[in-house]
Amino acid sequence: MTGRIGQTFKELKERNEKALVAYITAGDPSLEKTGEIILGLADAGVDILEVGVPFSDPVADGPVIQAAARRSLQRGTNMSDILDMIESLRDMTDIPIVLFGYYNPMFAYGPGQFAKRAKGAGIDGILVVDLPPEESVELRKYTDEAGIDFISLIAPTTSASRVKMISEDATGFLYYVAITGVTGTEKPLASRVREDIASIRRITTMPVVAGFGISTPEQAAEIAPLADGIVVGSAIVRLIQENCQKNNIVTIVSGYAKNIKAAIGQNRGNRA
Amino acid sequence: MPQQLPDKRGHFGIFGGRYASETLMPALIELERAYNVAKKDRTFKEEVASYLATYAGRETPLYFARRLSEKLKGARIYLKREDLNHTGSHKLNNTLGQILLAKRMGKERVIAETGAGQHGVATATVAALLGMKCRIFMGKEDIARQAPNVVRMKILGAEITTVTTGTATLKDAMNEAMRHWTARIRDTFYVIGTTAGPHPYPAMVRDFQSVIGRETKEQILKQEGRFPDVIIACIGGGSNAMGIFYPLKDIKEIEMIGVEAGGRGIATGMHAASISAGKVGVLHGNKTYLLQDDHGQVSDAHSIAAGLDYPGVGPEHSYFHSTGRVRYVSVDDEEAVQAFLCLSKLEGIIPAMESAHAVAYAIKLAPTLGPEKVIIINLSGRGDKDAETIIERMETHS
Repeated sequence: MTGRIGQTFKELKERNEKALVAYITAGDPSLEKTGEIILGLADAGVDILEVGVPFSDPVADGPVIQAAARRSLQRGTNMSDILDMIESLRDMTDIPIVLFGYYNPMFAYGPGQFAKRAKGAGIDGILVVDLPPEESVELRKYTDEAGIDFISLIAPTTSASRVKMISEDATGFLYYVAITGVTGTEKPLASRVREDIASIRRITTMPVVAGFGISTPEQAAEIAPLADGIVVGSAIVRLIQENCQKNNIVTIVSGYAKNIKAAIGQNRGNRA
Repeated sequence: MPQQLPDKRGHFGIFGGRYASETLMPALIELERAYNVAKKDRTFKEEVASYLATYAGRETPLYFARRLSEKLKGARIYLKREDLNHTGSHKLNNTLGQILLAKRMGKERVIAETGAGQHGVATATVAALLGMKCRIFMGKEDIARQAPNVVRMKILGAEITTVTTGTATLKDAMNEAMRHWTARIRDTFYVIGTTAGPHPYPAMVRDFQSVIGRETKEQILKQEGRFPDVIIACIGGGSNAMGIFYPLKDIKEIEMIGVEAGGRGIATGMHAASISAGKVGVLHGNKTYLLQDDHGQVSDAHSIAAGLDYPGVGPEHSYFHSTGRVRYVSVDDEEAVQAFLCLSKLEGIIPAMESAHAVAYAIKLAPTLGPEKVIIINLSGRGDKDAETIIERMETHS
């Protein structure tokens, strides 16, 4: 069974386009705004959305996403409310949505209940930063059954044998972490990304997107041809934070996404 | 023969494991392999043993606390004097082991988190000894209340990174150390100070700290001709407790008691008693008891003892709680302060505020037992670092 994520990559490939994956932290500045921004990003041409579930101890995140998570938690954001918000958008958009976060909030919800509720809310995939394949069975026995993709990370430190194990295990797409570090703290080096993704492609045919540290249209244009898509996260979260008081925040964020999408479109067919 | 824990994937029953981001996974696997080879290697074992004897000053005494025992009119109380270990706490046992391993693995720099500063000092000490670069992550709050240790780390040549996120205490220092490690994974060894973190840390730290229990076993047999009835140790992450419990855990007649920090009282919610008042969850790479809300957000811990101010506990303690092998209790800030003063005045031993929690529980328990009973307290560290906290407290209460 191919879900919305698989379908999206299939269509992109047919159009010879790269995926733009956008990350935002749920509940920053508010869940209502998050909903509006998701719809704006979908209209702006974003292909897949990653909705960050804030966690008290985000050890894989840099300062920008840490701060967003803190603001969101201070407002009382929780998993149930995030899933309700996403469900409320499903009349208006079919964009694939990946819930991005840490394991404890999902574990606390109850893995079985979480899978059921997430599917019901229209979640297409999950990416759980601190849940490597070795520990994922407890959750995946429910999320696999619910038809939720399990997106896995591959890092610059991941060996070929681990890439094989991870890619055989993952569904949806692979997320290549383009820097050795936490989110949004460094700029990826194109030569390194090219080499690593080439190695990944020798092992698997699964779509690969690159993220962590891509913020400008120039970087997006440089990295996108090396992968099946790119993820922009901290840059969008920062933009939301800087403009959270403004009425036209959705337009501003959408405008940024349009620029990135246009930038990765220009290199169409230029795959390395 | 009882099953050896953890299993191959680092699980102690349902606890433990390796919940880490992919960037860290290869390094954790590399560490596990290196440690598994080293722990069976005679040269490595001799090297660790030699430094423990000639550098740390082991073995540490097992001291009969006569005046304390007499005052309590009950069980005879012994103190395992980890406060006399070089740097003033049990922490050195572990940092010697880990940093010798780091050196063997060809790493050039070490990083560590610290709460009370004891682990930071022990890490900075061994880094100096072995000529390695060292960076310590410490919460801003802890830097303020454990100033003497900050100075010691600086003198030893360590670079200090002040952590201001969250409550700016131990948990946040660990978050920041893990982020830094993620970025510097190739040349950096992360020296975790307690029996927590992702596999293989809980087992490795336990093994390096087990020297405490091995010595205690021989010493009490020599001095009393029998095993103790009770062993009491304080629990933050739980490394000193695991160190004394583990080698004696199969001797069923010994009652083992882990004392968590009750802070301002369990009922106030301002405490650090993860087992007594927490729920199972996942933090810092392992599944264990955690202080958390209903939505899986980790709560802030509170304790007068910076080294116990952590919302989780080592996964093997969660396991011992689940099997009933160890009984976990708590004492509050005020009881710990009273025990701190009591031990200082009666025995001339100023305990670390962390260790004072174990003393406080012994003070409650000893009078309920007869003089034929023997209690051993693991006195995990000395309390010079806590002088300011005590002075402030005495001033505000007088």
